[in-house]
Amino acid sequence: MSYLMIFISAIFVNNIVLSQFLGICPFLGVSKKISTAAGMGGAVCFVMVLSTIVTYLIYHNLLLPFNLTFMNTVVFILVIASLVQMVEIVLKKTSPSLYQALGIFLPLITTNCTVLGVALLVIQKDYNLINSVFYALANSLGFSLAIILFAGLRERLAFANLPKAVQGAPIALITAGLLSMAFMGFSGIGN
Amino acid sequence: MNKTSYENLTRGIFRENPTFVMLLGMCPTLGVTTSALNGLGMGLATLFVLLLSNCAISAVKSIIPDKIRIPCFILIAATFVTVVDLLISAYFPTLHATLGIFIPLIVVNCLILGRAEAFASKNNVFQSALDALGMGIGFSLALTLLGLIREVLGNGSAFGWKFVSEDAETMMLFIMPPGAFLALAGLIIIINQLRKDKK
Repeated sequence: MSYLMIFISAIFVNNIVLSQFLGICPFLGVSKKISTAAGMGGAVCFVMVLSTIVTYLIYHNLLLPFNLTFMNTVVFILVIASLVQMVEIVLKKTSPSLYQALGIFLPLITTNCTVLGVALLVIQKDYNLINSVFYALANSLGFSLAIILFAGLRERLAFANLPKAVQGAPIALITAGLLSMAFMGFSGIGN
Repeated sequence: MNKTSYENLTRGIFRENPTFVMLLGMCPTLGVTTSALNGLGMGLATLFVLLLSNCAISAVKSIIPDKIRIPCFILIAATFVTVVDLLISAYFPTLHATLGIFIPLIVVNCLILGRAEAFASKNNVFQSALDALGMGIGFSLALTLLGLIREVLGNGSAFGWKFVSEDAETMMLFIMPPGAFLALAGLIIIINQLRKDKK
């Protein structure tokens, strides 16, 4: 499978948020402003690529040879949680400006199911390391695209006059539904 | 059963329903509810993990150091998720195939961690079990209801029983991804309206 195909499929056709329903919590939670949405997207890109590489190596060099593959959920979540913690400490010391931009989002990422989801999907799809890295990068870009588009829509919706029962979560879900419908237009490309 | 126990049990089912009121655990809610049975299966799997992890966390809460409690909670939940994952793949292979990636992802369902932090780490084992049961039942009911609505509208069937003819045109949109968002939005609007009228 060519790398271009992985990108198009993960970003547009099978968008991780809008058609696979991973990472809905941050998608609805931190999408009130474009700037915070972009920060979250950046943090997810960073952590997802890193954690996919680490979990891939652990799976193929530690779990598979010792027949411990049933442990992968436990091991992966532990690796991701400690990795996020480590990234936070390293960023704080080495690059304060990057830490300022991404810092507050990092603790939220441990329980972001896109990260664990992609780590598990890569194993399920039996990708090699390079394909896995591309897959993780493409999915994190897909996540960023969805959350930034959604934040743009919500910034405008903030001024809309809505009935009380529709305010808050319901209107956000309807907007997400319409966005997901728009992305369905891409289906069929490259299959 | 005294008043607090009753309160702890029923809170999750109606007043603080995890899906409709607190909006926790949205990913499986939207991802697997293409039919009522899938929703029910996911709900029961989550109920099982929530019950066991709440009890375990409540039992060991005094020996977990406060600073690393969140990783400990996640690790306990991950253990039970692995148990559930293996059980489902052994006894219900078809359900395991449809739920797919969402079974291991129960670990990062905010509902599990949320109840551990907000309830199990402060209360005794019995009360935590009641809380987990209530929340789990509320979550299962919500997923089954959402699944049922999507299945009826999108596929013309309920719990796998088809009530329209094979070639009838159904609203396919509702079993596709956008339908999940729209059906949940509709349900929350109705519930908000009902709650407002009651006040």
